[in-house]
Amino acid sequence: MKFSIVILGAPYTDQAAETAYRFAAATLARGHSIYRLFFYHDGVHNASELLTLPQDELQPARRWRDLIQEHQLDAVVCIAAALRRGVINDTEARRFDKPAHNLGEGIKLAGLGELLDAAHMSDRLITFGATS
Amino acid sequence: MILHTVNKSPYRSRQLLNCLARAKAGDRILLIEDGVYGLNWSDNADDIASALALPLQFYALLPDIQARGLMRLLEDSAAMTLPCQAISDEQFVDLVVEADNVISWY
Repeated sequence: MKFSIVILGAPYTDQAAETAYRFAAATLARGHSIYRLFFYHDGVHNASELLTLPQDELQPARRWRDLIQEHQLDAVVCIAAALRRGVINDTEARRFDKPAHNLGEGIKLAGLGELLDAAHMSDRLITFGATS
Repeated sequence: MILHTVNKSPYRSRQLLNCLARAKAGDRILLIEDGVYGLNWSDNADDIASALALPLQFYALLPDIQARGLMRLLEDSAAMTLPCQAISDEQFVDLVVEADNVISWY
């Protein structure tokens, strides 16, 4: 079965992204496929390469990146939600004259059409909502 | 059949009540994250009684129960006011597969 997963929570703010990660891993472990991961609202913070943690702590952003790369998952960050929160790729950083970019490799910046497409093309769409 | 996930404690949020008010016979309710505090929800006896009167099935995510030190509730049916079956992340995936749709209450 094809799944798409919507992640609305930032790491450290609430548990949504952690639960979504566990669900995504369990989905693959059960032999299903993931059509798309869609990071929206505060969930876009999961895609920042600049999250910097003590080495002995869980690395949520790296964990997502590894899962995406290992399974060649389609991962999209909502562009409107991301730019206003400072999650930005190279192209947009140049367009808006910003000094840096932080979007993780293998993650796309795109619009809500990608969420509609995921809802249409997947057998199941599941949302992991934030606390506030 | 719809699978409803609830990720907030019923002590801090009305989402479990909202979910129960809208769930239909045969639906499944899965408590996740702080939602697992619903296992020993005790300050709303009337709401619990009406929830249990409906033909709903209740589940709770085991890793979230463990993370909150609520394991003893699983062995003490008197303390578990909302009787839930504890399930793994993989069984959560199975519930989603079995459901026609998922509604996330958050």
